[in-house]
Amino acid sequence: MQKEIAGDAPSAPTTRVRHRKRNSDVGAGAGKPNGNHLLVNDSKKYKSFLIRAYSTFWMIGGFALIVYLGHLYITAMVVVIQIYMARELFNLLRKTHEDKQLPGFRLLNWHFFFTAMLFVYGRILSQRLVNTVTPDKVLYRLVTSLIKYHMAICYSLYISGFVWFILTLKKKMYKYQFSQYAWTHMILIVVFTQSSFTVANIFEGIFWFLLPASLIVINDIFAYICGFFFGRTPLIKLSPKKTWEGFIGASITTVISAFLLANIMGRFLWLTCPREDLSTGWLLCDPGPLFKQETHALPGWISDWLPWKEISILPVQWHALCLGLFASIIAPFGGFFASGFKRAFKIKDFGDSIPGHGGITDRMDCQMVMAVFAYIYHQSFVVPEVLSVDKLLDQIITSLTLEEQQALLVKLGQMLQEKVIGS
Amino acid sequence: MRILSYFLLCFAFSHTTIFVFFFSFFALSANLSSFSSLFLPISASKSHFPIDVILLIFFAKNKTLRAMEEENVTSSPSTPVHRLRHRRRSNEVVMDGDRVNASPLLVNDRNKYKSFMVRTYSTLWMIGGFVLIVYMGHLYITAMVVVIQIFMAKELFNLLRKAPEDKCLPWIKQLNWHFFFTAMLFVYGRILSQRLANTMTADQFFYRLVTGLIKYHMAICYLLYIIGFMWFILTLKKKMYKYQFGQYAWTHMILIVVFTQSSFTVANIFEGIFWFLLPASLIIINDIFAYIFGFFFGRTPLIKLSPKKTWEGFIGASVTTIISAFVLANILGRYPWLTCPRQDLSTGWLQCDADPLFKPEPFALPAWIPEWFPWKEMTVLPVQWHALCLGLFASIIAPFGGFFASGFKRAFKIKDFGDSIPGHGGITDRMDCQMVMAVFAYIYLQSFIVSQSVSVDKILDQILTNLTFEEQQALFVKLGQMLKDKLS
Repeated sequence: MQKEIAGDAPSAPTTRVRHRKRNSDVGAGAGKPNGNHLLVNDSKKYKSFLIRAYSTFWMIGGFALIVYLGHLYITAMVVVIQIYMARELFNLLRKTHEDKQLPGFRLLNWHFFFTAMLFVYGRILSQRLVNTVTPDKVLYRLVTSLIKYHMAICYSLYISGFVWFILTLKKKMYKYQFSQYAWTHMILIVVFTQSSFTVANIFEGIFWFLLPASLIVINDIFAYICGFFFGRTPLIKLSPKKTWEGFIGASITTVISAFLLANIMGRFLWLTCPREDLSTGWLLCDPGPLFKQETHALPGWISDWLPWKEISILPVQWHALCLGLFASIIAPFGGFFASGFKRAFKIKDFGDSIPGHGGITDRMDCQMVMAVFAYIYHQSFVVPEVLSVDKLLDQIITSLTLEEQQALLVKLGQMLQEKVIGS
Repeated sequence: MRILSYFLLCFAFSHTTIFVFFFSFFALSANLSSFSSLFLPISASKSHFPIDVILLIFFAKNKTLRAMEEENVTSSPSTPVHRLRHRRRSNEVVMDGDRVNASPLLVNDRNKYKSFMVRTYSTLWMIGGFVLIVYMGHLYITAMVVVIQIFMAKELFNLLRKAPEDKCLPWIKQLNWHFFFTAMLFVYGRILSQRLANTMTADQFFYRLVTGLIKYHMAICYLLYIIGFMWFILTLKKKMYKYQFGQYAWTHMILIVVFTQSSFTVANIFEGIFWFLLPASLIIINDIFAYIFGFFFGRTPLIKLSPKKTWEGFIGASVTTIISAFVLANILGRYPWLTCPRQDLSTGWLQCDADPLFKPEPFALPAWIPEWFPWKEMTVLPVQWHALCLGLFASIIAPFGGFFASGFKRAFKIKDFGDSIPGHGGITDRMDCQMVMAVFAYIYLQSFIVSQSVSVDKILDQILTNLTFEEQQALFVKLGQMLKDKLS
């Protein structure tokens, strides 16, 4: 099917498709007036629409399978996506001519990648790793000492990379090497921030990973559909194919579906329970006050028109509204950033691992912005609602040793005493 | 004969001055118990020198330095709050890079004796000013670090900027400072949040404001960052994309470099001035003695990036740094002002239980020493062994920060990072090794010295940010009860 239609092709099942026209068309037609680019006027659009729908179903199916398999498999998927993204981005601004003269340089990039991975995942998964390993065994002591000296290990790895970089500086290649070094750092920061936050969200409950990701997918699909049928006014010069009609239509749809999806997803324990260790089995837990149904009496005028008198709402649905708002309004800026970046460096696509759609970074650009927001929203607004004295006490009992608990008690006492004396 | 006398004179002079400064200030402070003030909330403490005296000294010294600079063109003293790095100016390095390496070496330079006296003079002024600020306390050192950081960021922001492109982009400077402010709020908020909460008293209006800010700290910083991000995208101009993206990436790199090390420096300061003073002094000593050894003995070049550095200077400085780390730790470890951690943001005197690291222990010397010398054992503070590790790092790895900066300047064909310090370039030129050292000192401190584990810190953070005061008290009572039951 790919040979029939040159423009678009299906994508791999584990990544999400973004329903935007290919940047190649954008680049070629940049001189013409904007009217020729809109999806509404494209004559081949119905054929490409079917192809895209076909590939979307495949991807969503594959994604649902992985979600069913569990937290650890989703994390593995995130890590694999991240490796491919980093490889694409590392290769992006590389110049082969200079690279021939610098033999160990690619290895340096992967050294920094490995260090960043150790650092980031060590911080997030340390507590859960400890919970997985049973005490009184050699492995337990190994794991606890690794965690204790985790920062020191990562720092020594980083410093050895730093020293290695300086010792391999070659005359007349200084500027290229320094630019590559800076580029490596920027890539690693971008890739690892969002993937670490994604993994942190997953272990708080698949709900907090699935909902934001789904909202971005829905936003893209409906922006495409609304632009397909109604798009007339261009949105931003960076992406000439995006339209205001698509944007607004997608926003409304995303917010509504956030509300509904949260209700549907919130009923499954598999999605709402946090995972405290690295096991892969079934989960049982008390879902917490956010996922308990509450009944709201509908305002008077609705019960006049419709037969329902009250609806049951999970409190988490109000949080989902905020997530939906962000996904529709702010997250597309990640896509604009990527478009601007590609234009700035005159690149067609970030890579070519997905036939017809460019690289993985092309698919993940909005997801990255959303993952970071979801994590920060969760930590700032959801956790304080849910956390209580008893929950903290439980956490203290399970995660701290006896000496640490006593140290905590002493410190807490000091803190409280200073406040009491002050008042 | 002349060389030897100079050597002895300078050696004695610099060592004596350093020790006299330290001893005098700290002996004075230890005896003046009347200087203690109560643990006041953030307010100007009346027991320390007023700020205007310091500023007066600073400006008077600058005037004298500039007068001296007009005399002596090649090298000049620096302002008191920055540390001198005894390296030849990079412009000379770049020009001499093509010639044979023998000629740039310090040993062969004829002007070196004059420049040596000038540098010693400025070093003494800087060390004196630095000691004064250390005497004044944690908050003033933090303020000094913040000021240095602002100047460093300003230098670095201006470095790769191109004037014609900038004229077309009116808001680019404001965008940079927006990101700077966001980073400052984020980094210092994380480090100082607990101490800020401890400074506030429980039932004032400020307390609720502060705890609210701490609770939503991450969300506020993220909001500010996203606003900057959107601002950047909305101001992208056609044909300027590459320049704007380059500037955006450069801004991020600068902020990361500047704020990582300054945040770690401030974290070290609040663990005890000792953990800030010792690493900084070791870098200074390493530089001074690398200069001195290179001055007298330097023959073999060290690395192509910096042709004036020599192996003799490097090795001599390493040995001296390690020995002085051992000795300096002993001297500095005797003062509670330097070794006590500061739990809040007050500026008064500190009293605390001495950490077991700072309690003297007898150490039996190995067998061969008592045969030659009359001492059988010596008192060693356990912290001196840690200081040996710090000294090793400062002499061997920290100079790579300097090499990185040299390589960077060559790569982008820049003479210096800036020109705020007359005769020495910018602040970044002075701080490059200090930055690497500060990060190492923080990580060493957290991994090997501070006994509290990461999980306790995390849970304490959660308690502080998520629970109200009454809930915290309830938790305290319940936890105490639980532990008592477990033990009994």
